[in-house]
Amino acid sequence: MSATLVLLETTSSNLRSASLPAVTAARALAGHHGGPVIGVVIGGNVAAAAADAARFVDKVLCYDNPTLSAALAETWAPLLASAIKETGATALVASATSTGKDILPRTAALLRAGMASDIVAVLGAKSFRRPTYAGNALTDVEVTTAVVVCTARQTEFAPAAPAASPGTIDSKAAGTVDTLGSEFVALHATKSARPDLAEAKVVVSGGRGMKEAANFKILEELTDLLGGALGASRAACDAGMVPNDLQVGQTGKVVAPELYFAVGLSGAIQHLAGMKSSKVIVAINKDAEAPIFQVADYGLVATWESSLPTLIAEIKKVKAAQ
Amino acid sequence: MKILVPCKRVPNPELKLKIASGAVELADTTWQVNPFDEYAVETALRLTEKSKGGERSGEVVVISIGPKETSTQLRQLLAMGADRGILIAGDDAALDADLVARTLKAVVEAEKPDLVILGKQAVDGDDNQVGQLLAGYLGWPQATFLSAIALAADGKSATVSREVDTGVEERRVRLPAVATVDLRIIGKKSVHNLALSSPDVEWEDTQRLASLKGIMAAKKKELKEITVESLAIAGGILVKTLRHENPPGRKAGIKVASVEELVSKLHVEAKVI
Repeated sequence: MSATLVLLETTSSNLRSASLPAVTAARALAGHHGGPVIGVVIGGNVAAAAADAARFVDKVLCYDNPTLSAALAETWAPLLASAIKETGATALVASATSTGKDILPRTAALLRAGMASDIVAVLGAKSFRRPTYAGNALTDVEVTTAVVVCTARQTEFAPAAPAASPGTIDSKAAGTVDTLGSEFVALHATKSARPDLAEAKVVVSGGRGMKEAANFKILEELTDLLGGALGASRAACDAGMVPNDLQVGQTGKVVAPELYFAVGLSGAIQHLAGMKSSKVIVAINKDAEAPIFQVADYGLVATWESSLPTLIAEIKKVKAAQ
Repeated sequence: MKILVPCKRVPNPELKLKIASGAVELADTTWQVNPFDEYAVETALRLTEKSKGGERSGEVVVISIGPKETSTQLRQLLAMGADRGILIAGDDAALDADLVARTLKAVVEAEKPDLVILGKQAVDGDDNQVGQLLAGYLGWPQATFLSAIALAADGKSATVSREVDTGVEERRVRLPAVATVDLRIIGKKSVHNLALSSPDVEWEDTQRLASLKGIMAAKKKELKEITVESLAIAGGILVKTLRHENPPGRKAGIKVASVEELVSKLHVEAKVI
């Protein structure tokens, strides 16, 4: 009967929706560990966010201190480790966001605990399933230490719903905060009116076949028509057609929208690893032998130049009739 | 500036992965340096030279834990320009990220580098843990998923750009530190050592290949082989691999003849538009 801790990331006033899958994974783990699910909120001036987060868990430990505003592994990992020790928790979970992936392994080192990264299923108290080899294998692993640490792949765990009654909030002192000389300077946020790639219901991705940056305009038109997010293959990013943070794949973002368009994109193994959990996949490629057609529900052998203007016009007709 | 670059050999990621009886079959594969580790070596080389192939200052030490044959991959990295190599005899099946990190910690304590640079993850295990674990065990600052790094002229700190979910985050870190790199680190203007080169120095937009001269020179460079036992690492692995299986395949789809048919299918059959 020991607790499961879950790292809850916040904005200035809210729980980040990216953390909701981690709560679901934590509930699954808590089913094996027997205790409550305790959220950990760390940051500067996060009282409101902690109250929002408390709606989803049994209890929140809140480390609120201006020196903790930036999510530095150097300062956050020791707090997570001490939260584990203090609560006697035997599991620590976070979503596999860039923050979770940065901070949880360091916490595992401080606890000398085994860690499973990017899990897609909880198999038992200490065993997990996770993709390896760029998604070409599913691997079952077992952590052998008393405390288990894991990050959960966001697309594989449903976002948690609020609990029947909100959890209590326990304010904790941060103690001595040592940044080890690390300092947050600035976040250059991707400015986009579109939904976040990882959360969008529709994703439209272009590949090397788009040839140049200007040609992504027509993909943007399709994207906005469907209220989706724009993505790209690594080849298109490497060629400088679009910024790297649009990259879908094992080395970029992993997405699982309801509808995925792959346009002028061959479907390299590492790209497929990032999108093949999508519900419906549409591929448009002039090469009938392109591997993308092996995972596509609907394939159209055509150039994007010849097909996209008609596609946009036809979708507009459907929308107009709705 | 002394930089240690831990590298892993991985099976060729472009070959179809064979899985049988719960295990990955690698007998027929070809081996190569993990691509992200190759970017780490490129980063380290740029940080120790004035311009591409120009005057150098500092030392780049490549290190791997693996079977004897891994010397092939280490020689390739020496041919790219790394100064010296260390191969720690080990069996992949008997390692996990934690044991790798603790082994590297022992090497770091002996070598005392200013910077350790690793790829953000190996493309076989996809753990994305070793750099962060190593920083945790050393009690050093960490700078993960880097798309850019600039070493200060005094060599005591670095300004870095990190690829994060919401954009690019800029940080300053004190050295010595552990850094892990993402693929943008091999961009034209992504790496600077302000003690050595001007801020507007440009590199090729990719990692360098070994030149013939480099290959000849690599044969004479030091490649030290040591055993894991000589490092006296206590305790075993913390994560056991139980079994591998093929991911479920997708049901084969259909080819549509026209855009009109596609839109009709998406609307009527799949009901997604």
